[in-house]
This record gives sequence, C-alpha cells and structure tokens, in this order.
Amino acid sequence: MIRPLSRISAIFFKELSQLRRDRMTFGMVIMIPLIQLILFGYAINTNIRDIPVAVVDHSQTGLSRILIQMVEATRVVKVTERLTSIEEAETAIKAARVRAAFILPDDLSQRVARSPAANLGTPPSTDEETSRPVAQWIVDGSDTMIAGAIKSLRNMPLAELNRQAPNRSTPTFEVALFFNPEQRTAINIVPGLVGIILTMTMIMFTSAAIVRERERGNMEMLINTPVRPIELMIGKIIPYIFIGLLQTVIILGLGHLLFNVPFGDKIFDLFVGTLLFIGASLSLGLVLSTIAQSQLQATQMTVFVLLPSILLSGFMFPYEGMPVVAQYIAEAFPATHFMRMIRGFVLRDAGLLELHRDVLWMCGFFVLGMIVAAFRFKKRLD
Amino acid sequence: MSSNDGDIVIRAEGLVKSFKGFRAVDGLDLTIERGMIYGFLGPNGCGKTTAMRMLTGLLTPTEGTVEVLGLSVPKDAETLKYKIGYMTQAFSLYGDLTVLENLNFMATIYGLPSKRKKQRIAEVMVRYELSELGDRFAGKMSGGQRQRLALATAVLHEPQLLFLDEPTSAVDPESRRHFWEQLFDLVDGGTSIVVTTHFMDEAERCHKIAIMEAGQKRADGAPKDLMAAMGANVVEIEGPNLREIRRRLLGTEGIITAAQLGARLRVLVRDDIADPEAFLKNKDETNGATLIEKVRPNLEDVFVTATGEGRQ
Repeated sequence: MIRPLSRISAIFFKELSQLRRDRMTFGMVIMIPLIQLILFGYAINTNIRDIPVAVVDHSQTGLSRILIQMVEATRVVKVTERLTSIEEAETAIKAARVRAAFILPDDLSQRVARSPAANLGTPPSTDEETSRPVAQWIVDGSDTMIAGAIKSLRNMPLAELNRQAPNRSTPTFEVALFFNPEQRTAINIVPGLVGIILTMTMIMFTSAAIVRERERGNMEMLINTPVRPIELMIGKIIPYIFIGLLQTVIILGLGHLLFNVPFGDKIFDLFVGTLLFIGASLSLGLVLSTIAQSQLQATQMTVFVLLPSILLSGFMFPYEGMPVVAQYIAEAFPATHFMRMIRGFVLRDAGLLELHRDVLWMCGFFVLGMIVAAFRFKKRLD
Repeated sequence: MSSNDGDIVIRAEGLVKSFKGFRAVDGLDLTIERGMIYGFLGPNGCGKTTAMRMLTGLLTPTEGTVEVLGLSVPKDAETLKYKIGYMTQAFSLYGDLTVLENLNFMATIYGLPSKRKKQRIAEVMVRYELSELGDRFAGKMSGGQRQRLALATAVLHEPQLLFLDEPTSAVDPESRRHFWEQLFDLVDGGTSIVVTTHFMDEAERCHKIAIMEAGQKRADGAPKDLMAAMGANVVEIEGPNLREIRRRLLGTEGIITAAQLGARLRVLVRDDIADPEAFLKNKDETNGATLIEKVRPNLEDVFVTATGEGRQ
C-alpha cells in the first residue's frame, strides 16, 4: 500500500514542478477564466435591444411620426436610416446596414382608426379592412433571435396614439419567473461559464499529459520504472484538480462581485459536483492523450471534442430545443450534466440528491475514463 | 532462482522479434553470467537495442524465451523492474527538472523509504560528481553531466543488473573513459552489466561480447578469445601507392579484406594460409610495398571477419 501511494506522489510532485516552471500554462490557468468571465459576462446578452432598423414613411403625418417614436420607445429597435422606398429598404437589409425596415403605408391614419389596437371604441367588425395591420415590418429573418425580438412588437398596443391610457387587458396566463425574475442573462451565463472553461482547460491540459512524455523522450525511461498505468494517471490529474477548483473559485467569485450572481446555499454540493466534473473532464483528456501520437494531434482531438460538448451542453442553446438524437449525444458529454448541475446548485438551490442522475453519470464517466486510459496505456513499446 | 542457475543472470533461447515481417532480432541465444560486463557490438540497426528491450520486457518477443534474474520475461517484467536499472540511448530524464528533482522523482518511483532515499541520493551525487549540480536543470547540462545523472538515477535503487543502451554515444572521450571506470566500480560491487555499443574500444573493455549483425549473433566470447580464434591473420603493409595495392588485393584468393590505417594498409589473410607474410610478399599485387609484417589482431579485425562480406 505504501508503494502505490509513493509512486502517485512522485508523479504528482513531478507534474507540479513542471507546471510551476511552465509560465505560459500557469498564466493561462488564471487568465482564461478571468478574461472569459469578464468578456462573456458583459458581452453575451439574449435580451436584445437597439436593433438598427430603417423607416420608410409613406404617410408622412404627425401620426406616423408619433408611431415611430412609440416603436423606438420600446428600446427593441433603433431607427438608424430614413428611406423613401421599399427597394431601398431591401438593399439596406441585404447590405446589413439595418436588420429590419418599418414600412408605414400612406393610408396609415385610416388603418389606425380601424385598428382594434388603437382602442377607439369602434365595434369589432368582420370587415376585411378593419382587420388589416396598421404598418409592416420586413425583417432579416436569418437570425432567429433578432426576428423573435421584432415579432414581439407585433401586438403593440396603439392606445397611446390617441392620448388614451394603455388598455389594461388581463393576460390569458400569469407567468411567475422563478430563480431569475429580472431575466438577467448573466445569471444563466456565469455558472454555465464554469462548465465551459473547465471543459476547455481540463481536457486541454490532460490531453497533452501522456503524449508529452512520449514527445519529449521521457516515455522509455518512465515505462522502465515500476510505476503502474493507473498510478501514473492518478498522479497526473491531481494537480489539475486543484487548478480546476481554483478556476471555479475565480469564476464564481468574480461573477458574484461583477454580476451579482448568487453562490446558492449548496456550497458542499457545488464542491462535490464540480470535483466530479473536473474528474470526468480530466479522464476524458487522458483517454485522448493515450490515443494521440503527438501533442498536435492531441490539440486537434481536444478541439474536436470541445465544440460539440460546448454547443450541445445547453450553455447557449436550450437542451430542450435539440432533436432527440442530439440530446442523446449531448448526454454523453460531461459538460451537459454539469451545466444542469451547477445551474441547479447555484440558481435553483437544488442538491446532489435532486440531481442524482447527473451525479451518478458523472461518477461513471470518471471511473470508466480512468480505466480506459490506464488500459490503453501500455508499458510496452510494441 | 534455482541454485545451479546462481551464476546466470540472463538466459535467452531462440529469441525472435519481427516488425511487420522484418526480423529485427532473428534467433538469438544468450547466456550471460553474473558479475561481468556483457557487450552487444554491432552497427546501427543490427538489432542490439531491440534485443536489449526484449530482455527488459519493453518488447514482447515474437518467438523464444527469456529468463532474467530467474524471472520469466515479459510475464514477470513488472517484478523485474525493481531489480534492474536501465539507461536509455537518448537522455530521457526530465530536462525541465533539476538534478535533485530528477533523483528524487526516480527514488520515489522505486519506492525507497525516505531515510534510505536521502542516503542513496547523497551517495550517488558524490560518486557521480553531481554534488555541485543539484539545482541545475537537467536540460541545461553538458552531455557528460547528463550521462552521469542518467547513470546515477539508473543505479539509485541498487539494481542487480544494469542495462545500458549506447551509453557513451553523446560524450567526449575523457568522459567515456571515466564512465567505464565507474562501470567497473559497479561490477566490483556485485552488479552485472549489459551494454550495447558500436565503439570497438568500448567493446574491448567488456568481459564478454556478442557481435551482432542483421539480427543475428555472429560470434560471442571474451574479446581476447575472439581475437585468438578469429580465423584470420593480420598483416600490415607500408609503402607508396597503398590505395593502388588495396584495390589490387581486394577480391584475390585468401584475402578477406584490406583497410587503410594512416600510412599502413591492414590486410586480413585467411588463416588456412600458413605463412601470411610470405604469401603477401610473393603476390604481384603487393609490388612496391616497403614493409610487410604480421601484427596482433584487434577487435575491429574480429568484427570485420565475423560480419559483412568478411563472414565465412
């Protein structure tokens, strides 16, 4: 029992010394979470505002100008161009100067008068004229988020046009928003960022771990020692576990300071969950490292695994929106499970028990990864 | 280890290693006794490194059996690793670790208890003149210093048997001399050593050698015995036009090879010719030679007669 521990500690201290002298890697450990948190925390925002639009006003009346101001007042769009024809508007959209054009017809006043949205008290009619919209949006629909934001203007109340109080209609449903009532994107992004950055750094570090020994010519000596493959694997990942925890502390701590993201009450669950995810990611990296023949190949494989595991994790695009096959693929990556776990711990006050399926899966992934890596690592040259 | 095998450290029979049809080692039989330096002599690619890797369990033999220190290899290779030391051809310690860190790493990997570890590291640092270099990065040291460090780490756990794969190819002659003295100190302390080399002078220092070519053992024994039983006599010729004489002699009956050494032409004459000096003097091809005399054979002569076109 002494010997395996002693050998694991030998590998651990060796890795630590090498890591300590690798200034670049050591810098990345701190800088990656720091910069990416600040960048993405501020940059990623799904509440879209001030979309640049063009206005084509065929009506040119006081009413049309007030309508344009009302639309601008929603802050969803911002009028950056005033054009005279629909053709010009289409050109502007094609050239990406604007994302949409607001077209006000010359019979705007009549349309407004008949519109139920204007709330002028005209009885609803089955007349075709009455049901016509007051104006038209043409939108660059290629980006679904932009399109969605402009679609939200579709049922804008027009009562204010006539200096009336906006009508207080009762919504069909009441929607109570739990966990993030202000709908701040950072609340969702920052915990997710822990998953993204850990996936990135953990897989990257360990994918090079074994193949580096080979590339630097240390392998022949190493396999001539009595060290066992599993001891080598364990010794190699321990330093990175600490690095992963350090990165988590940086992201969540800074997220709390800068974006007021809560830690949640489940600190212990958070710690265990993060530890499991770090372990799973490291073991995935180790498996890649036993397959790669050079550090370049290891990097290529890391990118190959990284992109799907980030894009399918639910970090940016909801898991529920994916087709079933993609969901199965997503389930294979530890990042997907961690995304669910950390948002659960930090935002929803969920615990390990509530998320036991993700916890178990992560444990299984870690153990399997370590076994596969150790099994693939041969102490032979043939 | 059974008692009658007490003096045998390595026994290999019919050892074959094929890489995709190419037989890198082809039917090698070996018996290596305790307490000696045994050398594999041969050109690059002759299979000596492959043979050594099979003996340490790094490569699985395609055919044949290996027994090292009474353990069957590769089956018991992991147990064997505690009992052997290995010095790779290229420097394979960590260049970004210091001398002391490298020694510490290896001592811990071999599971030396901490007190013993300190003691052993101190011992080898003194013996291999590393005391001043403890904080130097291994990657920043000279070839000779690296070689001393490599040897120091290989013997840290006091192996009974030491494998050295071309240990002196990257060091100067002075370091090489010194290195061999250290090897004899180790042998004196009871260690057996197996070494590969392509240097004749190095092979000559071994107690016994095996001359390897194309994966096969061409000859083995003590260098002195090999020279005595070479099957050829060595005659040196002096005079002008040595290149011309060499050209004429090559390929004639009774001549194995001829090679120029400075102002002399060294000719290997088959030993079924009773008086090689007279034989050469009477040949037309040696016209113009000023001196023809029989000399003592060296290991290179043995190597030439045992391998290549000189092989009978």
